[in-house]
Parts: sequence; structure tokens; C-alpha cells
Amino acid sequence: MTKWLSDHMPKMVLAPSFIAILVFVYGFIGWTAWVSLTKSRLLPKYDIEGIIQYKRLFASPRWDTAMDNLFLFGALFIVIAMLLGLGLAILLDQNIRTEGFIRTVYLYPMALSMIVTGTAWKWILNPGLGIEATVQGWGFENFKFDWLINPDMAIYTVLIAAVWQSSGFVMALFLAGLRSVDTEIIRAAQVDGIPTWRVYTAIIIPSMAPIFLSAFIVLAHLAIKSFDLVIALTGGGPGYATDLPATYMYTMAFSRGDIGQAASSAMVMMMVVFAIVVPYLYSELRAKDD
Amino acid sequence: MKHFAFKVAAAMTLAATAAHAEPSAEVLHYWTSGGEAKSVAVLQEEFKSNGGVWTDMPVAGGGGDAAGTALRARVLAGNAPAAAQIKGPAIQEWYEEGALADISKVAEENNWDALLPASIAGHMKCEGTWCAAPVNVHRVDWIWANAEILEANGIDMPTSWDEFNAAAEKLQAAGIIPLAHGGQAWQDATVFETVLLGVGGADFYQQALVDLDPEALKSDTMIAVFDQMRTMRGYVDDNFSGRDWNLATAMVMNGEAAFQIMGDWAKGEFLAAGKAPGEDFLCASTPGDGFLYNVDSFAMFDVDGAEKEEGQNLLAKLVMGENFQKTFNLNKGSIPARTDVALDDFDQCAKTSAADMASTSEGGSLLPSYAHGMALYGAQAGAITDVVTAHFNSDMTSQEAVEQLANAIANSL
Repeated sequence: MTKWLSDHMPKMVLAPSFIAILVFVYGFIGWTAWVSLTKSRLLPKYDIEGIIQYKRLFASPRWDTAMDNLFLFGALFIVIAMLLGLGLAILLDQNIRTEGFIRTVYLYPMALSMIVTGTAWKWILNPGLGIEATVQGWGFENFKFDWLINPDMAIYTVLIAAVWQSSGFVMALFLAGLRSVDTEIIRAAQVDGIPTWRVYTAIIIPSMAPIFLSAFIVLAHLAIKSFDLVIALTGGGPGYATDLPATYMYTMAFSRGDIGQAASSAMVMMMVVFAIVVPYLYSELRAKDD
Repeated sequence: MKHFAFKVAAAMTLAATAAHAEPSAEVLHYWTSGGEAKSVAVLQEEFKSNGGVWTDMPVAGGGGDAAGTALRARVLAGNAPAAAQIKGPAIQEWYEEGALADISKVAEENNWDALLPASIAGHMKCEGTWCAAPVNVHRVDWIWANAEILEANGIDMPTSWDEFNAAAEKLQAAGIIPLAHGGQAWQDATVFETVLLGVGGADFYQQALVDLDPEALKSDTMIAVFDQMRTMRGYVDDNFSGRDWNLATAMVMNGEAAFQIMGDWAKGEFLAAGKAPGEDFLCASTPGDGFLYNVDSFAMFDVDGAEKEEGQNLLAKLVMGENFQKTFNLNKGSIPARTDVALDDFDQCAKTSAADMASTSEGGSLLPSYAHGMALYGAQAGAITDVVTAHFNSDMTSQEAVEQLANAIANSL
């Protein structure tokens, strides 16, 4: 009996959470896929009608805007946050005084909720309250910074706020990576008289490849699930210029009573995530097999 | 002695059953802000004084999105509330899902057909049977103005959109923001439907926004409507993006802006700030004939058990009762849905509104507001709003907007 217990204890302990995940994650993915093939409106219906909801989705200019925004915002967000984070990390790595204090200053934005970030930046970027009004108040009457209300530029305000919030976190990741590089190799390079920038570009950064991948995955999923930031900063506006797939789905499901459309947009979002995560998982698993 | 004890026990059981059979109703609503909560308390009191047991289920979140989600969860779980605050075609949509109860008995006993304007009564019926009870009528096509500004600049309340444009240009030259507006999609839609009614007239409104007639949607009139929207955009200040409607109202109140186009809930803001209609602020219907209504109502859901059904019937009766219709609407700023309520205690704007409702009902221009979910299903109304707000917030031409509108409607069905 005791032997049986000790053999099976891990399985028994894991079973409830395994079942819960099976039902509430994979079960509901299946359910959403089903609903996305129906004509569900206010309540889910289960008569399969084919891919009409996907046709509607891809014919919708609002969804186009949402997807364009996702790719533009996502790509720039990942690249800029990584570059800024790496830059800050390298600068902090130069054995400066009060490093702990500065690190906290940069890391702190990550502790804020996206809603707070969005609301604060909404005030800062509002032409009548924030930067534009202040600079004009200094006497530069022609100064203009109205991105928040300009439909072509509004998505970049979301980008500013998101980068502001996340680059400190990326910095912390990279700093940990920089510190984990073997100091012997760096010393050896220094003894050979190789300049510091060469040490970084040729030795340290290449050896941090796994950190880059982790940072990429974290930032990519932050970009895809950015919802609260858009809601707090622009409310999806002006018009629907800053809509992202997540806000599109929310609007369809909860404001418009268009569950079928919401389900199909959710499925497309999931495929986008898969397109990023599956290659990653593949590379991870293959690395272990070797 | 034993016999007596038995009798007492029997009497107590009876009393207990009687107590259990009190009419009861669970009411899901989203009236949670100050004035609204006060208004719904009126109904609650009245329900209790008629011997009913009221279970309140307020869901915060002004627009009712959260309440809608809560309601869906309850109905899917097979535990619907007795009544829920729903309006417009959503009532029929819920009926099609087979979730609504029939309250025709109460409606016929109390002669609702004679008490309500025909088009409003139509919203409360599901395939001939009564399934909902109206509590108020909000008029949407109002234009509010700061009396002082208009007087100082020698401007009268505009009666056509050309007059409005002329007034706005005069104000702009004087350095005053002509139109206070909040850049949220539903506010863009509110302005759009009043412009559409004014430019195209009642028949065009009916064809375009109620019947979704493709010819009307692509017509030259529609292009003219979008042209006027583009003109209106020029009268709004630069900070309007994302502004709440009540902040826009405050701009009119404080003399920063001259006009606002908003439903009569804006009146509540003026009154709460101690402003008097006719003196501090002016109200008039937006240019053009017609009346766009937004009717709040309670839809009655299928419930099991005699006491619940009784509670539902009592609720329906009280909601349409003269006393509730009056007190509630005095608090809420709207006008009673039933036409026979004495309006002595109401202000001038409400009296105008009630008179216009009666006359437009006869003239056939009493129309459902599309922007407030009275005319179309959510998906269709949303598709129109997407185009309207995209046009208003970009440099899209009217021609493009009209094409997008027709495509969006075709795609929303």
C-alpha cells in the first residue's frame, strides 16, 4: 500500500490541475473553435454553418486595422524594448556606484499596472494638458505634439507607453545575462587588449542568445495581449485607429452581442500566437534531443 | 390541549406557506450611479409596499455591457432573473433565444396599448405578445446651448444645419469652441444620427438606419450627411479624443463651448449644477423634424414558481404605473413612456419633449435611435458606428464613407 502510494503520489497530486487545465484551456479552445463556425449572436448556438464568421472577419476594415496595428506595434515594441533594455543593461554593467538604486528606478515601471501607465500617459500626451500645452506655455506657440488625437500616429503613443513600461524589465533580464557570462573569458580578452565594445559584440552578446529568446517570447506575448493599455490610453480611438485584436474581440463579445465573430477573431489571435510559440518550442525540444 | 397544539402548528405552517408565497422578483439592472440608483429605489419601495420581495441585482458599468454579460451567464445557467434591463431589438433577440416570458395578461388588463405611442409599444412586444415594460423615454436629438454665449454673439437656436454652420463659424471667429463633443464612438454616432435625421428627414432615416435599404445607404443624401459630419468635425476642439460626454456638457456649462448635441441625460448634469433651463442653458431639438427615442425597459424572463410569476406581474404593473413613471422620470431627467401622466412638475425641456413625442407619433416621425441600440441588432449598429467614427476621425471622403457603410452593412448580416 505504502509503496503503491509513493509510486503514484506524483500522478495523484498532479491529476486535478492537469484535468483543470485540460478542460479550462484546451476544452475551451475547442469550444471557441466550434462557436467560431456558427452564427452565434447573443448566446452561443451550435449549428455549424461553415467559415462565414472568418469571411466576415477578413472583410472587416476594423479587423484589418487591428491586425496592422498588432504587427506594427508588436514588431516595433519588441525591437525598441530589446535595444533600449540591452543598452541600459550594458551601461549599468560598468561597475557604477548606486547600481542597485538605478536598477530599481528602471525596473519600477514594470510594477505598475498597464491601466495606470495608460492613464498617466493619456494625460502626458493630451495636447491640451500635457507636453504640447507645457511647451506652448514656455512660448513655443507653434510646437505640436498631437499624436494621441491623430489617427495615423495614435498607435505610436501606445508604443511609447508600452516601451516605457517594459524596457526596464528587459534591462533586468539582460543584466542577469551579462553577469552570467564567464568572467575568465572577458578577463582573457582584456589582457589581450581587445577594446570593450569588441568584447561586448564578439563575446558577451553572442553568448547571451538564450536570454534574447526569452526576452523575445515575453515581449511578444505582452504585445499580443496588450489590451488594458489601449483601453486606458486611447480607448481604441480616435475612431478605431488603435484597435488591437484583443480589443476587437472584447467589443464583439461583450458590447455587440456578436459571439461568433468574437470567437473567430479569438481563433485567429491564437494562430498568431502559435506562429510565434511553435517554432520556439520546436527549437527548444530539438536542442534537448541532440 | 393536544388538539390545540396541533391547530397552532397547522396555523403556523399555513402562515409560513403564505409568507413563502409573497410575490418575489429578482431585478437585474445597471442603474448604479447617484441619480439612477435613486430612481430605481422608487420602484423598489413601491414593490415592497405592495407586499413583494425585491432582490436587487445591480451590475455596475454605465453602458450595460457588464450587465449583459451577467445576464447571459445567468440565462445560460438556467437561472434567469425575473426582469432585466434590456432595450430595443435586444428584447426581440432574447425572445428568439426563447428566454422571455409572456406578460400580455398584465398589459391587456392595464390597457398598455392605449397608453403607449405605437412605435414604442412595438418594442415591448415579441411576435404579438407583451414581453417587456418601458420605464422612460429619453430623447436623443437634443441640442444644448449656453444661453449667455448665444446672447452675447446674437445667435438664435439653429433650426437648420445651415443655420448651425453659420452660427458655429461666427462663434469660431469670436474664439469660442462652437461644439463640445467627446471623441467616443457612441458620441460620434449620436451626432451622426441627428445630422442624418436633419439632412435626410424622417423617411430617409427610416430607410437608412432602420430598414438598412442599400439604395438609401448609397444615396446622395447620405453623402451630404457625411459632408455635414466633416463640417462638424471642424467645430470641435483638438482635445476631444476620448472625452466623456459629461465633460463636454461641463464645457457648455462653463462657457468654454456653445453647443452640445446629446440626449436629455445631459439635462441632469445642468440641473445637478444648479443651472436653470431657459436662463442658463437652452434646449431645443436638433435641426430637422422628428424625434429619436431611447427607451429603457425591463424585459421579463421565463421564471418558475407561482410566487415568482406573481412578482413578475406585479413588477410589470408597477413599472407602467402612473406614480412610478412620474417619480422615476423626474429623477432621471427623461419623460414618462405612458402619455397620460400629468407633467406639471416637469421642466420646460421635458414638456417640449413630451409634446413632440405626441405630435411625431401621429405624424410618423417618432423614430428609434440607432446610436443607442433601439433600431438595430448590436452587430449591425456596431458596423455603422465603425464607419461613422472612422470617417469622423480621419480624412476619409464622404464617397469612401458611403461605400464602406454599404459594405459594412452587407457584412454584418
